[in-house]
Amino acid sequence: MTLNDYIYYVILPVLAFSILLIFYRFFRGPSIVDKVIALDLLITTGIGIIAVYSIVHGRSTFMDTAMILALIAFLSTVAFSYYIEKRNRKK
Amino acid sequence: MISIIIVILITLGTLFILLAAIGMVRMPDTYLRISVTTKAATLGVGLLLISSAIYFNDLSTTSRALVIILFVLLTAPVSAHLIGRASYFMGVKLWDKSVMDDLRGKYQKKTHVLKSKIDNTPGDNVVHDRPDNENKKED
Repeated sequence: MTLNDYIYYVILPVLAFSILLIFYRFFRGPSIVDKVIALDLLITTGIGIIAVYSIVHGRSTFMDTAMILALIAFLSTVAFSYYIEKRNRKK
Repeated sequence: MISIIIVILITLGTLFILLAAIGMVRMPDTYLRISVTTKAATLGVGLLLISSAIYFNDLSTTSRALVIILFVLLTAPVSAHLIGRASYFMGVKLWDKSVMDDLRGKYQKKTHVLKSKIDNTPGDNVVHDRPDNENKKED
C-alpha cells in the first residue's frame, strides 16, 4: 500500500465523515451560535482537506486557497459575533 | 523514511479532526462546543499542514504552510472569545450539570460593561439561570 492509496482510501473518507458529523450540528444546532461555530469548524476542516488533497495530486498550488480560506473563516466569525452582540444590545 | 513520518503525522491530524467532529455532535453545551473548535481542530489542521510541508520539501510550500499554521493559531482563540462573549450576551443556557458560572451577575446587560463585583441590579443582569435553579427559586 503506497502513500497515495493510504491517503485516498483511509484518510480522505475519515475527513469526509467528520464533515458530515459537523453538518449534522450545522443543521440541527439549537441556537445561532452553534451554527456559527459549526461553520467555523467546517472551514477549518476544509483547510485540512485541501492540504491532504495537495499531497494526493502533487500540486502545491492548492495551499494558496487554504490561506485565503483561513482568512475568510476568521473574518466571518468576527462579523457574525459583532452583529449578534449588536442585535441584542438594541433590544 | 519520509513517507513513514508523513503517514504518522497525517493519521494523528485526521484523528484529531475526527475527535473534534464527534465532540461537536456529542457535547451538551454551546460553550463546550466552542472549546472543541478551538483546541482539537487547530491541532489537527496544524499536523496536516506540517505533513504536506514535509512531503513537498520546498521552500515556498513550507513557508505557506507555516503562515497558515501561524494564522490559525493566532485567530482561533480570538474568534472563540468573541463568539463566546456574544453567546453569553444572547443568554445561551449553560449545561444543567455545569458546576459554576464565574461571570454570573457581573456583565451588565444594557451597557455591556464587565464589573468586578457582583451587582444585582434588577433587570440589568444577563439572565443565565439554569432551568433547575429557576424551579428551586420558585419553590
